Amino acid sequence: MLEIKDLHVKVAGKEILKGIDLSINDGEVHAVMGPNGSGKTTLAQVLAGRVTYEVTGGTARFEGKDLLAMKPEDRAREGVFMAFQYPVEIPGVSNAYFLKAAVNAIRKYHGREEIDAMDFVTLVQDKAKLLGLDETFMKRGLNEGFSGGEKKKNEVFQMAVLEPKLCVLDETDSGLDIDALRVVANGINAMRSPKRAMLVVTHYQRLLDYVVPDFVHVLVDGKIVKSGDADLARNLEKHGYGWILEETPRPPQAARA
Amino acid sequence: MRPVTTVAVSVDAKQTYVAEFASSEKELGGPKWLRAVRKKAIERFEALGFPTQKHEHWKYTNLATLLRLPFKPAILGRPDGVVSENLEPFKFGVLKTSQLVFVNGRYAPRLSYLRSLPEGVRVASLAEMLRSEPETLQKHLTQYARFEDDPFVALNTAFFSDGAYVEVPKGTVVGEPIHLLFASTSRELPIVAHPRNLILMGAGSQATVIETYAGWAPDVTFTNAVTEVAAGPASVLDHYKIQREAETAFHIATMTVHQDRDSSVSAHSVSLGGSLARNYVHTLFRAPGGSLTLNGLYMTGGTQQADNYTRIDHVAPACTSIELYRGILGGKSRGVFNGNIYVRKDAQKTVARQTNKNLLLSSEAFVDSTPGLEILADDVKCNHSSTIGQLDENAVFYLRSRGIDEEAARNILTYAFAVDVINQVKVAPVRIKLDQLVVSRLPRGAGLGETL
Repeated sequence: MLEIKDLHVKVAGKEILKGIDLSINDGEVHAVMGPNGSGKTTLAQVLAGRVTYEVTGGTARFEGKDLLAMKPEDRAREGVFMAFQYPVEIPGVSNAYFLKAAVNAIRKYHGREEIDAMDFVTLVQDKAKLLGLDETFMKRGLNEGFSGGEKKKNEVFQMAVLEPKLCVLDETDSGLDIDALRVVANGINAMRSPKRAMLVVTHYQRLLDYVVPDFVHVLVDGKIVKSGDADLARNLEKHGYGWILEETPRPPQAARA
Repeated sequence: MRPVTTVAVSVDAKQTYVAEFASSEKELGGPKWLRAVRKKAIERFEALGFPTQKHEHWKYTNLATLLRLPFKPAILGRPDGVVSENLEPFKFGVLKTSQLVFVNGRYAPRLSYLRSLPEGVRVASLAEMLRSEPETLQKHLTQYARFEDDPFVALNTAFFSDGAYVEVPKGTVVGEPIHLLFASTSRELPIVAHPRNLILMGAGSQATVIETYAGWAPDVTFTNAVTEVAAGPASVLDHYKIQREAETAFHIATMTVHQDRDSSVSAHSVSLGGSLARNYVHTLFRAPGGSLTLNGLYMTGGTQQADNYTRIDHVAPACTSIELYRGILGGKSRGVFNGNIYVRKDAQKTVARQTNKNLLLSSEAFVDSTPGLEILADDVKCNHSSTIGQLDENAVFYLRSRGIDEEAARNILTYAFAVDVINQVKVAPVRIKLDQLVVSRLPRGAGLGETL
């Protein structure tokens, strides 16, 4: 589904990703872990199409198509969804309007007609229940005044409504208490399917206790230095990132924590 | 620096109006007391002259084009061509209103209609009132909007012949909004009109008054309107001014509100049209307990100029004023917000909050925002803030990352910027209309679909 080859990315003139290779097949859940500043968020954002990120080399193909050549909206329409680490608050645009506009933009792209108003309500109610969001939530401004937990739930809720093929989750566990973490993890797990793939970017192991990945990759200083199964994540939790850093031969200039 | 209006132009324009007054003084008519006031007003106008950009309150607005054009009053009795269908776009869908229409400042009975109003409520042409009850008017008319320091109020006072008279007696509640519709139109020559409105709210009365200013390109018109409001004790007035003149029009409007004890006034100014639009709102608390909501939305494009000058006078103690003005500026348009709050020495326990936010949609749009507070009392809660910015690119990306195209994302965010002001409109059909107007002014805004 997703094929990343030798991806290099600069942010504000500084090289952050220094040659990423990653291949994700249908139905797989991959976790990317790494210390702060390793480039995890950059990887997620560049897949979603953030313009301030400059791709200086490599390719990323999504279902055979050149993902990096697509506008952010076309990536979403093709089936790529990124759950933001810091969802934006937009007062004045209700959650309902926003989500309906998104649903219809995606349907239009695929030559389908706009969603029926009643169908939309039903769809939204079902998915909202899954995330424990109440009815008033849809009428509120998009993420306006939401707690950290509500914002993350809203990201997963949007993901559930839009039903993407590839879910990229950027630090979705950050800022969540244990109850919210469970709810969010349940929402994510409910979406696991043989036809859908996930890329879970996280600093900590704890989300992966609930959303158990098929593969774990450790990102250090812009490169994947180790890959393994879910056990790798548990080892990281136990021993920290230190042992990997020691194990990995590193270029002299890459001396950042 | 933009050019400063030259003195030579001002003198010419000024003399034209002064000469016009001399030749039309008799026709302007009115009761004797009014004729005396008119004379004083034109003298004061002659002494003041038109403001230049050296004038503190006109620093950012260039009147050169307005003063260069040879505006003439519409000739009485000549057909203006305005028919009912022309006014349809300026109404509010299903909203039932009494409606007074004025074409080039004169009452048009054929386009107006009054629905049944509570006993004692009067909604009438000011010209008719001046004929039938000159003494009633003397107590109020020209008593609130002072021309001593304002050449445009002076000009209006010298020249006005008609406008709306709204009187709501003590304890009376008018349920349906009263719509005053001012249409400006010109055939060959540029036309000037000086509508004058008087709104008198008796003690404990309640009403909603909407002023719409309408026009059609390519008509070149100049509207110099003055609205005086006296809000009696514990009265409640919701006032909306929606300026939708053509982009070939010049619009200068003054609204003066005097608030009595415990009165509650909300005044909303929406400025969309006009080559040049200047809105001056002056409110005064003259007794304790009053509250004021002062809202504004200006949305300009092309080479439009929208100038908002507000002045809130807290003379009496324990009054509250909340002011929110938002501007959306595209193209090469220019916006001005100049807000002034005065808290006098005895105005203890004043609460005053002033906010101005501006959204620039193009690199060539420009806005000057000057919030201001002058506080002479010591036990008050006052603050003001002003921002000028562009759309948040993070928000644009967020919407795009969900499949919404870039233009739609920008439109949605622009609309969202206006929503704070629009949502405070209490009359639903008016709110829906404003929604539509804002959306229709966005690039291919129709694609935004239903009300957000």
